[in-house]
Parts: sequence; C-alpha cells; structure tokens
Amino acid sequence: MIRAEKIYKSFGENEVLKGIDFNFEESKTNLIIGKSGAGKTVLLKILVGLFQPTEGHVWYGDEDLCNLSKKALLKLRMQVGMLFQGNALFDSMTIEENIRFPLDMFTTHTLKEKRDRVNLCLERVNLEGINNKYPSEISGGMQKRVGIARSIVLKPKYLFADEPNSGLDPKTAIRIDELLYGITKDNNITTIINTHDMNSVMEIGDNICFLHEGRLEWKGNRSEVLESPNETLQEFIFASPFLQKLKNKALANR
Amino acid sequence: MYYKETVRQMYDIGVGSLMIIFVVNIFIGAVTAVQFIYQLSGTFIPKYYIGYIVRDMAIIELAVTFTSIILAGKVGSNIASEIGGMRQKEHIDAMEIMGVNTSSYLVLPKLVAALLVIPLLVSIAAFVSIGGGYIATIYSGSFSSEEFIQGLRSFFNPFNVTMMYVKAFVFAYILTSIACYQGYFVKGGSIELGHASTRAVVFGIIVILIADYVIAVLLTGG
Repeated sequence: MIRAEKIYKSFGENEVLKGIDFNFEESKTNLIIGKSGAGKTVLLKILVGLFQPTEGHVWYGDEDLCNLSKKALLKLRMQVGMLFQGNALFDSMTIEENIRFPLDMFTTHTLKEKRDRVNLCLERVNLEGINNKYPSEISGGMQKRVGIARSIVLKPKYLFADEPNSGLDPKTAIRIDELLYGITKDNNITTIINTHDMNSVMEIGDNICFLHEGRLEWKGNRSEVLESPNETLQEFIFASPFLQKLKNKALANR
Repeated sequence: MYYKETVRQMYDIGVGSLMIIFVVNIFIGAVTAVQFIYQLSGTFIPKYYIGYIVRDMAIIELAVTFTSIILAGKVGSNIASEIGGMRQKEHIDAMEIMGVNTSSYLVLPKLVAALLVIPLLVSIAAFVSIGGGYIATIYSGSFSSEEFIQGLRSFFNPFNVTMMYVKAFVFAYILTSIACYQGYFVKGGSIELGHASTRAVVFGIIVILIADYVIAVLLTGG
C-alpha cells in the first residue's frame, strides 16, 4: 500500500496541495481525479518521488519515500513503473530498445533473455512485431501501449499512469483502461492513475481520490460515485451538457 | 549503454563538425598569412618568418580558440537543445523513475566524448590552418614553398603544442558543461528552450575567452 500523509506542496506562494491524506490500496486501480489545476499531476509526481512535498510523507509500506537513502530509493524505484502523459519514449531508440532500456540499465540478463522479456511485454499490450520501428512511426495509441510495455518490463510492484487517455479516441482510451486494469489484476500491482476521463472512473475506479483546489474533496469507489451527495463531485462528473441531459432524463423517469 | 552513447556523441561532435572546422580554419590560416605578408612587407624581417608566424599563431591561439568558439555555437546549442528537449518531453523524469542517474547518463557521455574528440578536432584545425597559410603565401607570388616550409621548421617550441592541448581540454570541458547545465535545468516551453540554447552559446564563448586569457597568463608567465 502507498499512503500519502498530510501532503502539502507549494511553488513559491502558490499552494498547490493542501494536506492530502489518502491510502492507495494494494492490487487495485487507484484513481486520482479532479479538474485541470486541481493538483493531480503534482500529487502523482510527489508519490513517485519526482517532487519533494513541502510538508508531509509518502509511505511505501513502512518506508518513508521522503527520507530514503539513495540506495534504498534506487531499490524502490526498480519496483516502480510509470506511464507518462506524453509517453516519454526515447525518439532515437527503436521500440525494442525503448522497452529494453530498464533491462539494459539494471539487469545482467543475456540479450536473448532481454528480447524474450520485451516480446512478452509487447504481446501483453497486443503489439507483436513492431520491435524495429521507431516511436515516430507508430500511432499515439500504440505509443501509449509501448509506454505501458516499458513500464511493466521490470515486473513492477507499483504502476503509475499520468492521464493515460489524454489525446486518444474513446475506443482506444477504453482499450488502454482495460489494459491497465488487466495488468493490475493479473500481476497484483498497486496502480495509481491520474485522470479526468469519466469513463475510466466508472469502469476501473476501484479506489478514487477526488481533488478539488488542492484538497481531498471526496474518496470512495466507482459504485459510490454517482450516488455521492458531494455537489463538487457531481458538478465535476456531470460537467458535460450531454451527461447533464442524461442525468436529468434519468431523474425524470424515476 | 554509456559506451554506446559516448560513441554516438563522439560521432556527432567529431564527424559532424569536421566540415565547418575545415572551412573556417583554412581561411583563418590564409588570412593570417596575407595580413602578415602585408605587415612585414618593406621590413628587414626575413620572408621565411611568415611560415613561423602562421604556425605559432595557429598552434598557440587561432586554431584552438576559433575551433572552440565554433563548437560552443554548434555543439553547445545542440547539447542544450537535446537535453532541454528531453526535460520538456519528460524523458528525464522517465529515466529518474527507472532509477537512472540522469545527470550522469546524460552529461557524462557528452563530456567524455567532447574531451576525447575536441582536442583531435583542434589538431586537425591547426594543420588545416597552416595549410591555408601555405596556400595563401604561395599564391601571393612573392614567396616560395621552400621559404614557407623553412619558416615552419624554425624556432619550434614543443611547449606550444602542450599549451594548445591544455586549452583544447579546458575549452571542451567549458563548452560541454555549460551547455549540459543550461539544457538540464530548462523550465517552461519552447521559448525558454531557445533562450537556454542561446545562453549555452553566449556563456560558453565568454567563459572560453576568459579561460583563454587565464591559461595564456599562467602558461606563459605573462
């Protein structure tokens, strides 16, 4: 389990996070949701150790991420996989080299063993046979899946995804959600996804943390979202006029 | 991984800069020769001194400084843009999440490549510059090839070559480290990346010129 304990974060005078307390549960898809500017990405970057909180702690089990030695931090990071919003695939490397990169850096496997692992990961994301292509030669959805393949190549215990559906068509977005959910369940990974995609919330939200103006506004799971009396959450969920119409229709039919 | 990246950087810095180094230095040598032919005309200084002057000017100062300034522009901006682009596209964050020591992985191969390749480029630049001086001298019509070569072989002080390599190493370190720093700590978007790239070139050139003066004072006891 990952626990955020009283996380505060300021950039100069701008206080982005204001005392976030939340437990990200093991073997579940934990979603951080909220409007743009609510502090989701900052919280995610604090959870993976890219930002230091101004105050507070991030606990991985009984280890405090903010006070780990370099050696312990490296050990922990080898258990972490992350999918970035822009995929962060290295342009000068082929797909295989991209996925193999963590293996090259941290393992002493033979080239054949590494290739087998790369192929297994590509197979898991349904992208067999594109090993020698470059990131610029494949579509955005395929790049996301390559990003996922790279993030699971070291068999991580924790998987983070920053807006995995941004810029994708609804069908591809659903496939990415299914993939992340499947990987979480198959491998008992603790997955933390930062999103504002309502479909993701309703389909894969095992444990949801709703941020509003830097504060934890609501927490629960996907079955509780629609019934929540929290007005800010309801405003966020039914922000689109289309969903608002559907909601009104449903209420009228009751 | 480090070896592969170092070799790639060596190719980019070395082979990628050969053409411009060649063109610039051949003209620097030629202009040096033409200017000194003009200044020495009508004096009692022997003609063969032109070869001696062109050689020492190239070795001590012009080849190494001009080459480093050109590289501060070409390689420095390239390094700052490459690392800055990686910062903006979250490549550096991705590497850090994977546990890679990014400052070492991104900076070290570039630094090692520059320290190995730039002194070689400076050596080539010095030869090309002397060649440019030779061509300009011979084509001026008032000097023979033998006179120029006699000058080249006169008063040679091997310490000047040492000084050239000291400068080459120091300048290589300066231009690479400033460019890496500017790229690594870039914040914001493409405008800031452009500014970082410009700063890498401007600061690189200024620091190289300051270091040039300091080395000259220290090594010549001036």
